[in-house]
Amino acid sequence: MTENNELIRLSAAALAEKLAAREITAVEVTQAYLDRIAAVDGKVHAFLHVNADEALAVAAEVDAIRAAGGAAAEELHVLAGVPIAVKDLIVTIGQPTTAGSKILEGWHSPYDATVVERLRAAKMPILGKTNLDEFAMGSSTEHSAYGPTHNPWDLERIPGGSGGGSAAAVAAFEAPLALGTDTGGSIRQPGAVTGTVGVKPTYGGVSRYGAIAMASSLDQIGPVSRTVLDSALLHQVIGGHDPRDSTSLPDPLEDLVAAARTGNVKGMKIGIIKELHGEGYQAGVENRFNESLELLKGAGAEIVEVSCPNFKYALGAYYLIMPSEASSNLAKFDGVRYGLRVLPKDGPMTIERVMGATRAAGFGDEVKRRIILGTYALSAGYYDAYYGSAQKVRTLIQRDFDAAFEKADVLISPTAPTTAFKLGEKLNDPLAMYLNDVATIPANMAGVPGLSLPGGLADEDGLPVGIQLLAPARQDARLYRVGAVLESLLEAQWGGPLLDKAPSLTDSAVSSHGGSH
Amino acid sequence: MTDATLSFEEAMDKYDPVLGFEVHVELNTKTKMFSCAPNVFGDEPNTNVNEVDLGMPGVLPVVNKTAIESSIKIGLALNCKIAEKCRFARKNYFYPDTPKNFQTSQYDEPIAYDGYLDIELSDGTVFRVEIERAHMEEDAGKLTHMGGATGRIQGADYSLVDYNRSGVPLVEIVTKPIEGAGSRAPELAKAYVAAVREIVKNLGVSDAKMERGNVRCDANVSLRPHGRERFGIRSETKNVNSLRAVEHAVRYEIQRHAAVLDSGEPVIQETRHWHEDTRTTTSGRAKSDADDYRYFPEPDLVPITASREWVEELRATLPEPPAARRKRLQADWGYSDLEFRDVVNAGVMDEIEETIAAGATATVARKWWMGEIVGRAKNADVDPGQLGVAPATIVELNKMVEDGKINNKMASEVLDGVLAGEGTPAEIVEKRGLAVVSDDAPLLEAIDAALAAQPDVADKIRGGKVQAIGAIVGGVMKATRGQADAGRVRELILQRLGVEG
Repeated sequence: MTENNELIRLSAAALAEKLAAREITAVEVTQAYLDRIAAVDGKVHAFLHVNADEALAVAAEVDAIRAAGGAAAEELHVLAGVPIAVKDLIVTIGQPTTAGSKILEGWHSPYDATVVERLRAAKMPILGKTNLDEFAMGSSTEHSAYGPTHNPWDLERIPGGSGGGSAAAVAAFEAPLALGTDTGGSIRQPGAVTGTVGVKPTYGGVSRYGAIAMASSLDQIGPVSRTVLDSALLHQVIGGHDPRDSTSLPDPLEDLVAAARTGNVKGMKIGIIKELHGEGYQAGVENRFNESLELLKGAGAEIVEVSCPNFKYALGAYYLIMPSEASSNLAKFDGVRYGLRVLPKDGPMTIERVMGATRAAGFGDEVKRRIILGTYALSAGYYDAYYGSAQKVRTLIQRDFDAAFEKADVLISPTAPTTAFKLGEKLNDPLAMYLNDVATIPANMAGVPGLSLPGGLADEDGLPVGIQLLAPARQDARLYRVGAVLESLLEAQWGGPLLDKAPSLTDSAVSSHGGSH
Repeated sequence: MTDATLSFEEAMDKYDPVLGFEVHVELNTKTKMFSCAPNVFGDEPNTNVNEVDLGMPGVLPVVNKTAIESSIKIGLALNCKIAEKCRFARKNYFYPDTPKNFQTSQYDEPIAYDGYLDIELSDGTVFRVEIERAHMEEDAGKLTHMGGATGRIQGADYSLVDYNRSGVPLVEIVTKPIEGAGSRAPELAKAYVAAVREIVKNLGVSDAKMERGNVRCDANVSLRPHGRERFGIRSETKNVNSLRAVEHAVRYEIQRHAAVLDSGEPVIQETRHWHEDTRTTTSGRAKSDADDYRYFPEPDLVPITASREWVEELRATLPEPPAARRKRLQADWGYSDLEFRDVVNAGVMDEIEETIAAGATATVARKWWMGEIVGRAKNADVDPGQLGVAPATIVELNKMVEDGKINNKMASEVLDGVLAGEGTPAEIVEKRGLAVVSDDAPLLEAIDAALAAQPDVADKIRGGKVQAIGAIVGGVMKATRGQADAGRVRELILQRLGVEG
């Protein structure tokens, strides 16, 4: 068990090295993670489905190829045999995909998402599917129809959202890597509150084919990990053009791993966004943010201040565009072809009434709230005032970014204004919940890439704080270059990874009631 | 309930019709508009589909480039401007034939706009129809409502849905309001749809079979009193799927509107269903301009850019325009103006071209189509092309006549047999025992009998009055029940009597 505990604390990069050197086997690693899931997921509830048999089979295949040696072993992907968890918004053959919703309970996709195909091609064992706010709508994972995920730092607190399951799985050492999706911060904000790394790539940088759409023009799949280098490794697996996604960029992928390995900020201009810190940000968050700035300065970066005056409209515009697109994207869930079908209790059995009864029973409150909001915003007579104006704001935000990137190579801000709040605390106050994404939303609105990495623990509550880096579109490599430097400076200060300070989850607890869901 | 109608003449006396058409053209691309599933008609339901056509969670559309090319070609053939940049939008509505519960369609940014089409009417008058736009969209699946009396969703026990058609590329061609057609309106309607069908067929971008729904017409009709500028309230008659039906539907709607207006009631803005059996329309869904489809630009697709170079490249590949083609065909076939106009008006120009391509001469092809098939089609109340006569059948029948195996009268009878589904011409000749008697022995026997029966006629012929031979030939034909080759009979009679023909 001790040996296994060491295995699960290794980074993906370290696992990859040991696997390649045949010091460890993929089956050992995969089993170690499955054991950890069994031990702690009863408390964390990061997983909606555990895919043990398939994961072990893939691991065994990798081990067999390595053992046989030769060309096939040479050709193995660097991450072959390194396990991964997949957000349950991304479709997978052979496992259920629920999107965290009752309306898809029991549904199995007949096809794999492009990113899943790429994981399979790299022979990465898929440990299972992780919890999320229903259809990725939320910032706390409390809106999952299958119960909330708990923050491994404090089980009473939210793990962020919507990708709380992926972030918590990685933070609780239930997986070395995970896939998330980020529409307004759903990768970065959970990263911030769980002390993990999360990256939202440039819009179009990773294929969306097979990610159940919330807001098509904002959604992006990205990596979740414990180190900056690990995210770069995973980003390299899933990124690059996909002809099945028309919004996928044709550009060849940059060498992100090299950027992470050769981190360097000397002479770089790093811009503080005036509008994204200070008032409304928790003091402990602000302190850790300032510390990071000092470290970067010390490493030779020049810190400049930039202003993005239109960011103050970002949240409002986001809450028109996102629900508008979501209202249309979620129309397909009607009980006609797949998923839940609910028949009306009384009255005539018409198709409209079956669709209505299905959607009434299958969707949770937050989903309904957004569908209603979006339907209203797109309605004749309101379109120009709402959707039309929001699109104009989007252009203004893009211009703010353009101007800011004239002055700075990368931008920096806290990822979220606060540390993790208590479960249930904001459930009845959707607007307070929405405010959590104030710093992450602008990147989605402009399509630029963003990375969140742990910036330390807040003084007042001892909970993780996230630092967000933003780069111009298609310059994702800059995030890794700067992120790797900041990470190493911070870890030098802490004397090791931040997650070393997280509770073990097994020490005091009765570890017997773990298991899969 | 039958709606009241005025006679067409009375309607025309009182009112001025304004028309408008939305013609949907199904493109014959190999794959669908937004997925790589095959675009094939008539297969087993729900087999030509993939996860995209079924609207599975997570799927994304990808635009079919050939469909874009075809749409640009149609736009160019309709003398339209081609947008340098245009987008798709989502038309949101819940209905089970649309798997995503929205249709991906162009909305305010059509790929082609501001065109026209010159339509030649039967007397040679040219009428210009202005085209507002031609835009791209995807077809919906096909619903079959079971158990109800009407075949409509109301009253059905259950409905079957076939998504094979879901996602088939469509181009919708929308006219501007067509004013000034007067009593020619029904004829213009038919001629316009025929012209569109001819264009898309000629371009090779659609199979253009109306009976298969490759070309579907929604006809808008409104009436206004003569002299008034403002349009009346329109009805939209859906799914008028043959050229004759277009003509009939427009005529009927004019007569119906006139009766409504005469009664002092307002015309209801609604869709109407066309019924081929009764040649009437019935009320469909009330349709107002306020239907809210919550259109917004399709975020899963990037804008389509049509560079001027590409458009010019496509323009260079366009086949000759139909008017020029007609001129060429008339010259090639050597038809007189009147003969050619009759062919065009009968709607059999393409059929004659195909028949000539199959090996018939222009004269033979015209003789069969105009002389035999058009009349039968009229009796059957279908377009001649839909009667089911293959060009090869005509070539085969004609060869039998030329070879003297059957005569013209028999050939016509064989054609009836073919249309009745009795088999190939050869099989029918065999089955019906229609072969011309070509063995001389039985003929000579009949000739001798006929000569013996009419000795005075025989003498006249011997005496040089060859024109009297008709009576003997007639006798022989009667005796052989018309199965003899009259020419051969004549030769043999003259031979028998030792007279030079």
